[in-house]
Amino acid sequence: MKNIIKSICFIFLSLIFLSQNIFAEEKKKLLTTDWSFKGYFGKFDRASLQRGYQVYAEVCASCHSLKYLSYRNLAEKGGPEFSKEQAKAIAANFEVTDGPNDDGDMFVRPAKLSDKFVNPYQNDKEAMASNGGAYPPDMSVLIKARSGGADYIYSLLLGYEDPPNDVILDEGVYYNKYMYGNMIKMPNPLSDDLIEYNDGTKATEEQMAKDLVTFLAWTAEPHLEARHKIGFKAIIYLIILSILAYFSMKRLWSRVEPEV
Amino acid sequence: MSDHNYVPSSKLGKWFNDRLPLLSLSAHLREYPTPKNLNYWWTFGGILTFCLVAQIITGIVLAMHYVAHTDLAFASVEHIMRDVNYGWLLRYFHANGASMFFLAVYIHIFRALYYGSYKSPREVIWIIGMIIYFLMMMTAFMGYVLPWGQMSFWAATVITNLFSAVPFVGESITNWLWGGFAVDNPTLTRFYALHYLLPFLIFGLVILHIWALHVPGNNNPIGIELKKPSKDTVPFHPYIVIKDLFALLLFLIVFAFFVFYAPNILGHADNYIEANPMVTPNHIVPEWYLLPFYAILRSVPDKLFGVIAMFASIFVLVILPWLDTSKVKSAIFRPIYKQFYWILVIDVLVLGYMGAMPAEGTYLLIARAATIYYFVHFLIILPILGKKEKTLPVPLSITDPVLGGSPNPNVVKKKEIYN
Repeated sequence: MKNIIKSICFIFLSLIFLSQNIFAEEKKKLLTTDWSFKGYFGKFDRASLQRGYQVYAEVCASCHSLKYLSYRNLAEKGGPEFSKEQAKAIAANFEVTDGPNDDGDMFVRPAKLSDKFVNPYQNDKEAMASNGGAYPPDMSVLIKARSGGADYIYSLLLGYEDPPNDVILDEGVYYNKYMYGNMIKMPNPLSDDLIEYNDGTKATEEQMAKDLVTFLAWTAEPHLEARHKIGFKAIIYLIILSILAYFSMKRLWSRVEPEV
Repeated sequence: MSDHNYVPSSKLGKWFNDRLPLLSLSAHLREYPTPKNLNYWWTFGGILTFCLVAQIITGIVLAMHYVAHTDLAFASVEHIMRDVNYGWLLRYFHANGASMFFLAVYIHIFRALYYGSYKSPREVIWIIGMIIYFLMMMTAFMGYVLPWGQMSFWAATVITNLFSAVPFVGESITNWLWGGFAVDNPTLTRFYALHYLLPFLIFGLVILHIWALHVPGNNNPIGIELKKPSKDTVPFHPYIVIKDLFALLLFLIVFAFFVFYAPNILGHADNYIEANPMVTPNHIVPEWYLLPFYAILRSVPDKLFGVIAMFASIFVLVILPWLDTSKVKSAIFRPIYKQFYWILVIDVLVLGYMGAMPAEGTYLLIARAATIYYFVHFLIILPILGKKEKTLPVPLSITDPVLGGSPNPNVVKKKEIYN
């Protein structure tokens, strides 16, 4: 009886193991780099965030929105921490429609810190029409919205290559080895020295991808630094409290029996 | 129960207690005689109570900031995550709290299965527990829909569509559930209302669950009925309170790890994409705690019978006290049942894994085998085993060594750990 049961268990477990291996082979290993925000004490690299914003503003922002962010976020703690003046100057580059004023008319004014990031398109339909039918996704929570997260977006940005001979691509479709189905409608957005970093860092493709992904990791998780900090304190506190509770328990139960 | 003759010491206390015996109740809760050999698997009742209260409190605060509208729900969740003070903490606590709640409830249920806690005289506790479990699944499912991400929308579509399998009236039922002809704003608002309501029903049932528990008293690892109070029992306060507290703190460390360092690991990335009825995700999967049932649902080729099998998998648990015919409660004294118990645990884990995989090829085959085994365990193995199995001699009390060389509970306890 026991042997039968044991062999059933063994078969089940080995089947799970095998099927996992089969599944694993279908997935491509993602590129990664030394992310500053990973780990228990992970913090965003401030300079990288600021460069990342520059990449976003100069490369991505023409198609991709960041609709859940406000300009004030750029100056907030735990983010790129631009000075308030810098953030105001950034906002002032954009125009928003406000109103109606006392005459009942809508009017256009420069954006303020309290405004949300201005969308590059009027609406989703315009976005799709301008991009060959593909909707450029909002990038506010993009890192959290793709399995693989930061590594996936990083890999995607660096994953453009010439298609294999047997793959025929339509007009406006590009080959990317990390994209689901390998077809992507976004042309390779990055190339060496595409932009000139304000802080003089050399703008290699990898550097830009890394900075941009760091920036997007922040837009997806603006309170990540606070979370890591509070989490560390909370866990230390819980550990101390459980040690105290453990000894109180031992003491109380010693009245009943030596072993709890 | 020993405390019905409790008399408050103060005059005011006595006056009040004669009119509403709250002080008697509190005395009963303090003195409630509890078996002293309860192990840490028994601490999950207290942990679950904590989980429920924590979910209700975080949920109420979240509800103050959330907007139940298809155009605004996703944005309002982002608003909570970004602009509400500690909104990220509240939301991650609530979302991971659901997972922790289910983790604890599964341990609680499997503890009951191992030690036979569902058997006479505790059938009613068990049935109330199963109703709570069912309501928990409904609540969790509806809560998952609220952020109005892609998985929210498509999970709602898949699950509500199950009812269309009902012959003749299926379509009417689904339209009635949706409040329209597709999952849309009316669906979201009613799910929100019910997601707010059900936890309070659960809370009421938890009170009944504990009340029903306090009539026969706790089961215990050796599964014998005790004389209460006796030297086999300790008063609930402070002995069990401090032990439950210690276990809760350990549980909270795990909980905190998820909330602070891996808040999205138990969720699905697609739920950070706003719901879009025009785009179907590649794989639609429910949250991890519903996966075994999802696997059962999909392993039956016919939709209607799939739905029936899924509900039956919960129903067999409800009637379990009458399926398990063995008089001996604890698996410690049931050598063969113990083996089958662990197979069942593996079977459910396998089902959970298959629920996350696409329903095709080998996966489907394994899921089918595991589904069949699940029902075989409850409907065939347990009734027969109870009659055929040669059980080990059961001790007469926790403290007294038993005549006839049956195992001393402490030795048994130690042996259990090494098994």
